[in-house]
Amino acid sequence: MSDIKVSINSLYKIFGSDAASMIGLVKEGMSKSDLLEQHGHVLGLDNVNIDVKKQQIQVIMGLSGSGKSTLIRHINRLIEPTSGSIIVDGDDILSMSPAELRDFRRSKASMVFQKFGLLPHRKVIDNVAYGLSIQGINKEEALARSNKWIESVGLTGFENHYPSQLSGGMQQRVGLARALATDADILLMDEAFSALDPLIRSDMQDVLLSLQEQLHKTIIFITHDLDEALKLGDDIAILRDGAVIQSGTAEKIILHPADDYVTDFIKDINKARVLKVSSVMAKDAAIKGPEIQDNVIIEDALQTVSQSGSNGAIIVKNGKKVGTVSLTDMIMAIARSTKNTDSDTVYR
Amino acid sequence: MGRTDLRDFKKAIDESFRDFTRNYGEAIENFFDPLLYFLIWLEKLFLNSPWPIVMASIALLVYFGSKSIKLTIGALFAFLLIGYLDMWEDTMATLAIISVATIVCISVGIPIGILMARSNRTQTVVTPILDIMQTIPSFVYLIPVVMLLGIGKVPGLLAVCIYAIPPIVRLTNLGIRLVDKDVMEASEAFGASYKQKLLDVQIPLALPNIFAGVNQTIMMALSMVVIASMIGVKGLGVPVLRAISNQYLALGVMNGLAIVVLAILFDRVSQSFGKRLQAHRESGHNV
Repeated sequence: MSDIKVSINSLYKIFGSDAASMIGLVKEGMSKSDLLEQHGHVLGLDNVNIDVKKQQIQVIMGLSGSGKSTLIRHINRLIEPTSGSIIVDGDDILSMSPAELRDFRRSKASMVFQKFGLLPHRKVIDNVAYGLSIQGINKEEALARSNKWIESVGLTGFENHYPSQLSGGMQQRVGLARALATDADILLMDEAFSALDPLIRSDMQDVLLSLQEQLHKTIIFITHDLDEALKLGDDIAILRDGAVIQSGTAEKIILHPADDYVTDFIKDINKARVLKVSSVMAKDAAIKGPEIQDNVIIEDALQTVSQSGSNGAIIVKNGKKVGTVSLTDMIMAIARSTKNTDSDTVYR
Repeated sequence: MGRTDLRDFKKAIDESFRDFTRNYGEAIENFFDPLLYFLIWLEKLFLNSPWPIVMASIALLVYFGSKSIKLTIGALFAFLLIGYLDMWEDTMATLAIISVATIVCISVGIPIGILMARSNRTQTVVTPILDIMQTIPSFVYLIPVVMLLGIGKVPGLLAVCIYAIPPIVRLTNLGIRLVDKDVMEASEAFGASYKQKLLDVQIPLALPNIFAGVNQTIMMALSMVVIASMIGVKGLGVPVLRAISNQYLALGVMNGLAIVVLAILFDRVSQSFGKRLQAHRESGHNV
């Protein structure tokens, strides 16, 4: 077994009364709009291939209607695909019987929802214990384990509140604790933080990242927010009209956008916060300055360099000097690219 | 259809039903025997217990149902007045048949409602049947019921149930179908089985509607008391019926008001009980 946890292979989803007979047309390359116009079927997912690595955060991002929520629901088969396969730990999700599928959902993949999906008639503690009670774990143990998770998402003191008494951010903490409580390896997060206001959202992202440092789950995170994708994602896949148009690390996407759509997408983001000094590294012996680790982001490097008053920095990796970076290169790298900004194509 | 044909057609239906009655009437009667025994037992219990004990149990039930002292005192006063005006026996008989009818309606109606919510096909089949049960004049279905089971408590009970069961079925179905889709999806995503979804999510969240259904069922059962008394059910309907045929205004009004008192009590108690089951709705902002 490799380090791939979830492997999505040539996944197609067509919505409509006779989806199965449309699959041939789509595979021959019929576009989404033609399919809708000529056959009245909606192409949801178009040949999606994603390999999610173990213990990483895989972000799938796209604008509304790009099929990202449809995609994540295939992984625990809340939606049946039209064709394709989804392999988790060597097992094909699509060949599971209803009982096996229930087992998979109970113990292997838990989910956090955009609209929280909490049980309004149950207290916070019972909501967190919900997954455990479905597994048939006895009440005492379930509550003890839930208490631990309530503590780790910072909700201690609210155990006996009802969800409606909590703010949105706190409700989503309950949703997160509920998903974590089942001890599933895979965490599916469907626009989990999109309904929250920016400050709370940033808070929750930090909560998730710090939990991930201890838990090392395989997280599949759906979002429409590029900053969120860049902050959380080890790997990012960009979805458009149901097809993956680019996937890779944040740096790769920013430095080498696959097409105009992606370029347009990333033009407004703060590159200094994403790019690492290693991406603009050179070997210029003339540069003198403070030593900086190669995985430091440019935003932090700029601060170090400007405080030292030098014109650049020396990049070190594992204690050894590997190159240099000049102040100008760093500034050039984070400058907003002017390419394509005046293009007529409007995507949003 | 010609006149003779029509007459023969009607006659054929009548005769075949009469044959059916002769062949199966007794078996069907036996089938309902447990219900009859239960009804008689309950009626005797209400009538033979000393009235202070009955009063005290009513007061307790009202109090634990509604948690309202005002309502409890009101109930006690109403029942004292009923006793003082010599309507105690009839009221107890009515109470008994309404209780049994409600129990029957709930235990038959809620499962049917659940089945309806589960499949659209069941819903399309059951809905028109409910429509018929609610709109057909009661006297029409009294004919076959009386032919089958004769005059007495059980046919009366059946007539009451046929009329009173639709709301509980409809509102159970509606309540379950109205449960928030997001919550259902979450439940599904955590691997809940059908039974777990039903018991942990659907029924608890449908409770306000189910309770509205129970409440309506009780009200409709009470409104059938007079008609049921035409086929031999004892209770407050009997004096009302006598008042109609003899033009006794006072007798009619008094017994009519006693029915109203029962209706109001049942309604207030069941409503506030239903509300209290929904503790999570009381405070905070609902999503």
